Amino acid sequence: MIEPGTKAPDFTLRDQDLSKVSLSDYEGRRVVLVFYPGDFSPVCSDQLSVYQEVLGEIESRGASLVGISVDGVFCHRAFREQLGLEMPLLADFHPKGKVSDAYGAYQPEKGFNNRSLVLVGPDGTVEWSHAAPSETEIPGANLIFDALDR
Amino acid sequence: MRGEGSEAILYVDLGCPHCAATWHALSRLDARLCVRHFPIASKHRRAPALHAAAEAAAAQAEAAFWSMLDSIYADLGRQDDPHLWQRATSLGLDLERFESDRRSDRIAARVRRDFASGLRAGVVATPTAFMGGRAVAAANIAAELSRDRRETRPPPKAAGR
Repeated sequence: MIEPGTKAPDFTLRDQDLSKVSLSDYEGRRVVLVFYPGDFSPVCSDQLSVYQEVLGEIESRGASLVGISVDGVFCHRAFREQLGLEMPLLADFHPKGKVSDAYGAYQPEKGFNNRSLVLVGPDGTVEWSHAAPSETEIPGANLIFDALDR
Repeated sequence: MRGEGSEAILYVDLGCPHCAATWHALSRLDARLCVRHFPIASKHRRAPALHAAAEAAAAQAEAAFWSMLDSIYADLGRQDDPHLWQRATSLGLDLERFESDRRSDRIAARVRRDFASGLRAGVVATPTAFMGGRAVAAANIAAELSRDRRETRPPPKAAGR
């Protein structure tokens, strides 16, 4: 898992609407990168649903939240629609998991991401990171707020 | 709070089928429950309305809160406004007051306060129980509460909350 103090690797990925999104788009603002295993899985649905509930609160603290998995663009679109999610979901689809791997979130033996959170500061430096001990353990939204309040 | 026995603080989503199953299992146990609201609208679109309805019931009578939860969890297929009016009427609530209460800022803030407390405690899915300061996930709640107990007693009567 990428360590605090490290320069966050820049990336450009497509979001659910096929728009290109780069980490550098968030320069000057804090952004929480949410690496997760896969759209529509029960645990990921729980995780992103809870984050959706607190999205406004995260944004009111001057931060953005972005989801990243190895799913494709149209899968992301359907997943967002099903749950009414408003955060962008980025497709780390091809080359599969390359961006997630740069953050230490990809599990090549499994072919999908571990559940990991990375808070990138306004200057592009990693402020905080967290990897879930297991895929079924959801990092609570309290961890995000604790990180934002540090 | 309702009931007597092992204590649990229970974070629930009133639109959640897992919560309904747990609620059903708990109704057969000796347990002292403290219920807190944890509506997750993106999974259950009517959850905010259901929680507001439960609080609006509580505003008229403590016992009505529990009866409203029992009623909702007994039939998750009926969540629309007319169903809520029907539930409120059958509980003997003043419908006009129920309507204004459930849409009030005060009730919304009350539900939000519970939700925020759940977030702070690390709740990420429903139902989640806290027993002795320890989080217990959905699948284990009934088992934990029934440990060393027999599941023979009828549902406890409503007490203070």
